[in-house]
Amino acid sequence: MTEDYSIYGNGEILVIGMGNVLMQDEGVGVRAIEELESRFIITSSPGGVDIMDGGTTGTELLEPMRGVKHLIVADAINTGAPAGTIVRIADDQVPAFFQTKLSNHQLGLSDLLALMTLSGDAPEHVTIIGMVPHHLENKLGLSDEANAGLSKMVTMLVSELAGLGVKFAKREECLPCYWAEQAKLEAAGSCA
Amino acid sequence: MTTRITVDPITRIEGHLRIDVEVDNGKVTKAWSSGQMWRGIEKILIGRDPREAWMYTQRFCGVCTTVHAITSVRAVENALQMEIPVNAQLVRNIIQTAHAVQDHIVHFYHLSAVDWVDVVSALKADPKATSKLAESLSDWHMNSEHEMRAVQERLQTFVNSGQLGPFASGFWGHPAMKLPPEVNLLAVAHYLQALDIQNHANKIVAILGGKSPHIQNVAVGGISNSISHEAPSVLNIERLMLVKGFIDKLEPFVKSAYLTDVPAIGAFYLDWTKLGGGVMNYLSVPDCPQDTKGTKFDMVGGYIENGDLASYKPITNFNDSYFRDGVAESSKHSWYEGDKALHPFKGETNPQYTDFQDEGKYSWVKAPTFYGKRAEVGPLANVLVSVAAGNERYTNYLNQAIGVIKTVSGASEIPMSALHSTIGRHAARAVRCAVLIDVLKDQWTKLVENIASGDTDTFNAPVFPKGEIEGFGFHEAPRGALSHWVVINDGKIKNYQAVVPSTWNAGPRDANDEPGPYEASLMDNPVADPENPLEVLRTVHSFDPCIACAIHMVDTEQKEIVKVKAL
Repeated sequence: MTEDYSIYGNGEILVIGMGNVLMQDEGVGVRAIEELESRFIITSSPGGVDIMDGGTTGTELLEPMRGVKHLIVADAINTGAPAGTIVRIADDQVPAFFQTKLSNHQLGLSDLLALMTLSGDAPEHVTIIGMVPHHLENKLGLSDEANAGLSKMVTMLVSELAGLGVKFAKREECLPCYWAEQAKLEAAGSCA
Repeated sequence: MTTRITVDPITRIEGHLRIDVEVDNGKVTKAWSSGQMWRGIEKILIGRDPREAWMYTQRFCGVCTTVHAITSVRAVENALQMEIPVNAQLVRNIIQTAHAVQDHIVHFYHLSAVDWVDVVSALKADPKATSKLAESLSDWHMNSEHEMRAVQERLQTFVNSGQLGPFASGFWGHPAMKLPPEVNLLAVAHYLQALDIQNHANKIVAILGGKSPHIQNVAVGGISNSISHEAPSVLNIERLMLVKGFIDKLEPFVKSAYLTDVPAIGAFYLDWTKLGGGVMNYLSVPDCPQDTKGTKFDMVGGYIENGDLASYKPITNFNDSYFRDGVAESSKHSWYEGDKALHPFKGETNPQYTDFQDEGKYSWVKAPTFYGKRAEVGPLANVLVSVAAGNERYTNYLNQAIGVIKTVSGASEIPMSALHSTIGRHAARAVRCAVLIDVLKDQWTKLVENIASGDTDTFNAPVFPKGEIEGFGFHEAPRGALSHWVVINDGKIKNYQAVVPSTWNAGPRDANDEPGPYEASLMDNPVADPENPLEVLRTVHSFDPCIACAIHMVDTEQKEIVKVKAL
């Protein structure tokens, strides 16, 4: 019974938004996929698409990433480029980018991918759509610069998916975005 | 010659933990544990609706999402003195226990085994001898020669590719690595198997929690799952059978592989059962509540002083005044104003940064105390407290682990004092994990029986009074006693403090200048090579460090990890 049970969609394409929404621009990846789902509806896709809020988790992503053909990650990324820069890194560039000498006790995305290579389950293609963050204070609201770049990140995610044969329609009415709404309340000074 | 070593791993999981040690004649003589990141994340909750606090607290940390969600609702429910339906208690218990099993497996195999296991050495192992050794120690079914050979081949391909990933900064060939190649290969094989196994625990959390990561079913007053015998979208017998199926898959690995591997590896590092003891006071909170009021628990809690089991004092309920009144936090050596120890309800987080001062302030983490004493929290505390309380499950699994150490090492006696050590913490975690499997099965059975008796309640609606109320909630999380403290005024949060396990363990010196558990545990640790202070990492990692603030940004910039300075 447990063999055929999947709690994840297990489509061929997986889009994960990553980051900490309680730390402003750190959470821009989560905010981007929230916005993507709010504004667009997927009308057709060749092998199925799953969109996921990964937060700052690590090993919990192994199962949903297993056997995926195209992994697309939206994230805050520190490349040394000026704040607000939006970058796209794909396939061969990804391992090179992540070959850092950090502690082996950090199970970040790069380590998850390496682990999956070792266990033979790694995604065939990996693309990262990232933004270099401006502000990382303990609050919800994105910096003005990140807010301005958010639409571009969403557009890049859409074209990335379109390039894989996914068809979209714009929603007539946008779905509510939990974290964007909470950030608005914060800005208005009347929390939750 | 005295050398000062600074290890500043800048990792995501550890959330910017920095360790400084002074080494004299090859041994640590002074140690400092410093949280390098402002931890005022609770401030974001002030003014918010207490019913939504858990949505925020589960974003505090990427490792401990579930535990902060459950502890938060417990704190708010305590402020309201609410009763919680038994079904809700049991569903939460299953979620948190499954999460803990996953966390313990990952901590040992994927986060800390590389401190002890030389992965590259596994390539030299004889797969046949590896299989024979493994099968002599346990009945785990995936120890065949064929399996070991396949793992070795896969590892060879991986090493040849040059992309070492999680192994890239390993200490291969370090003089402190002592395992024979066969034990290294066995550990690598179980490392890979554990990757699959831990997913089963995640699935339990996802089925009951509605979503993974970030569970959705928690609510102040119970859970939002409704129970029905028919409707497929709710918690029904089919879903509960799925949960049972996953528990059954976790059990053999935890009891036969994990509970054997830790003592088997420990047997080659018996010197590390005499090193790494900490402050010797241990605190653990009761968990898995069984009644609506939180007065009966399946897992005990309490406090032990000076490592003396006879000094055990129990913590017995969600209103326990012994626990509530004993906790305080000092900022004397932390980058906050004031130097008096304050109770969490009165806690302040006004920053006062001074730079790193060896004798002054040097950490963003505060120093918690229990009745004025430092206390270690975590699986070791949990095991010692449970053994002191006379729990047979803990005693039996502990004896099983000690039996493996004796068999592999040939030692005739392993004293209880061996637990107060670096290896002792790993052994305690494996023992606790085996107990958790049994607890998980119990919670499942009780839930099914309670539903069968006709009880389908899952939620009592909270009502917030005018005026000020305060409450606390606790949970024996994977890293130890976690407590949330909330003050609510007119239905809005007025103050919120989370006293997290790694604060107990990683805190700097306190109001009396007494060192914290990490600092105390590092004293006298050997350091063979100051440029590669593997021994320091071994002891700190044995606590399963995770400073709950989880900045997680992808960082492609190269950073220096270890700095060495002759004094």
